[in-house]
Amino acid sequence: MITSRREAWTGRVLLIFLMAVTLLPFLSLFVTALHPSGTYPAGLAWPDDPQWGNFPRAFEAANMGELLKSSALIVLGVVPISIVLGTMAGFAIGHLRVIGARVIFLLFVLGLTLPFEGVITPLYYQIRDMGLLNTRWAIILPLIGLFMPFSVFWMRAHFVNMPGELSESARMDGANVWQLFRRIHVPLAMPAISSLGILLFLWTWNQFLLAIVLVDDPAKRTMSGALGAFQGQWGTDIPLLCAGSLLILTPTLVIFLLFQRHFVKALLQGSLKG
Amino acid sequence: MTPRSAGARTAHRRPVATKLRDPRGLVGWLFVAPALIFYAVFVLRPITLTFQYSMYEWNGIGASTWVGPANYGKVFTDPDLFDSLINAFKLIAFFSAIPVVLGLAIAATIRRIAQSRLALVARTVLFLPQVIPLVAAGIAWSWLLASTGVINQLLSLIGLGGVTRAWLGDFDTALPAVGMIGAWVLLGLCTLLLLAGMSKIDPALYEAARLDGAGAWREFVSITVPSLRQEIAVCVTVTVIAALASFDIIYIATQGGPGNTTMVPGLQIFYLAFAEREVGTASALAVVLMVLVIACALPIQWFAKDGNR
Repeated sequence: MITSRREAWTGRVLLIFLMAVTLLPFLSLFVTALHPSGTYPAGLAWPDDPQWGNFPRAFEAANMGELLKSSALIVLGVVPISIVLGTMAGFAIGHLRVIGARVIFLLFVLGLTLPFEGVITPLYYQIRDMGLLNTRWAIILPLIGLFMPFSVFWMRAHFVNMPGELSESARMDGANVWQLFRRIHVPLAMPAISSLGILLFLWTWNQFLLAIVLVDDPAKRTMSGALGAFQGQWGTDIPLLCAGSLLILTPTLVIFLLFQRHFVKALLQGSLKG
Repeated sequence: MTPRSAGARTAHRRPVATKLRDPRGLVGWLFVAPALIFYAVFVLRPITLTFQYSMYEWNGIGASTWVGPANYGKVFTDPDLFDSLINAFKLIAFFSAIPVVLGLAIAATIRRIAQSRLALVARTVLFLPQVIPLVAAGIAWSWLLASTGVINQLLSLIGLGGVTRAWLGDFDTALPAVGMIGAWVLLGLCTLLLLAGMSKIDPALYEAARLDGAGAWREFVSITVPSLRQEIAVCVTVTVIAALASFDIIYIATQGGPGNTTMVPGLQIFYLAFAEREVGTASALAVVLMVLVIACALPIQWFAKDGNR
């Protein structure tokens, strides 16, 4: 037992060290954000006169109100549509097993590892020709398509494990396929659907490449894209930049802390399946 | 996945299916169609177009000229372009090797206290880098690694004042420094994935090994690592893709500089297509990147699947 107690202590020390390393960047952002704007604070030093006012100033400078609204609109566009379409397709491929299901599934799997940089150039010209550049649709529509392989893959993995008898008996009772889907399978799929929703929310909110390429106006971008612009504009004012970065990462952080169990579960499952 | 024979299935279903329209036909396809349309318009079509563009010389505005595979030749001969590919592979050492190896070591060490309160808190904390935008991680780390940043402060504290420098601005250290940011982002995820995998290993295996007089290292090599084949494969796949397709962190932290020392394919494509207006070359590089990612991801998956059979 002595060895295992020593092991437990090594484990604890290691964990604490690891947490410290993880938190260090956040701490540094926070401390630096409290220094007078325009200064170059050295390392981690608590300022003599903490400038809490940097946060409201950064809120103004980053146009946070608009940004929150914009990111929320983009998420509201991407997540529900992706979930509905992904669930329907996953149901048809995994449970109904439509004719050609394997081929279709392979086609979707093909896009699972696609780096967005691979399609960003044609996507730009396509969105331009559709007249959607500089609108939120320029982010919403491509993201739905780009997330579709994962959404279908995820939902299929759920439906493929649903027993066929469930549907047989419902059909005996005279339910058509849509009723079967809507009344029986969607309620049963809720855990899978909510995990998918969490992942899609996070990926949309943090999407950077599409935002900087397809939308010029930071106020119409995702939070992440706007942060890029904020860095360009205020990159020389370190305390203000730090305050702005903290504000911009707060919303995901708050939502993460509120739903942390779901998040951790979704993220672990998400990477296992993906 | 479940290899049920399709023929037996339809035969079993026929009595019901004939009453309705067959859900494996038109009706089923109506369920798939909307997803497929989005996928085709915003993914499949652009992929095809990337291939097409890569065969032309085009500035994005005027007329384009057919140049065949010349753009690909450029990708592999122009040192600027080729180096970006090399850099992506060097980043794998940081994005994959460090998080996976360190993650395994950490997970093995904290396995015994995985249910303690501290470990539950750690689960939340270690996930933070996965939740925040990579852009924010880039900004925070640029500041930590700056000449007056915390890293240099710590180094001076332990008597290593001599090596302090602007880590991201130095030709020799910029790439490893960017790599460390990636390692920071991915370490927590890998550790937790591996830890979750370890919790599924039958404790009896460890007891048996102890009885046979196996030490901690022997246990780790003969029980832990082989049982985690699937989880390790997942970590490697996720992190290798993150390294090859890296963009956000580098765009924010170094923009490919100093010189071209941290240029990666993703960023190069962005510059070529939207700043230098060399759409053909950008597309050829994009094709190479897509092929590389698939070429790296597939063998890892096969490796993991074989282990399970």
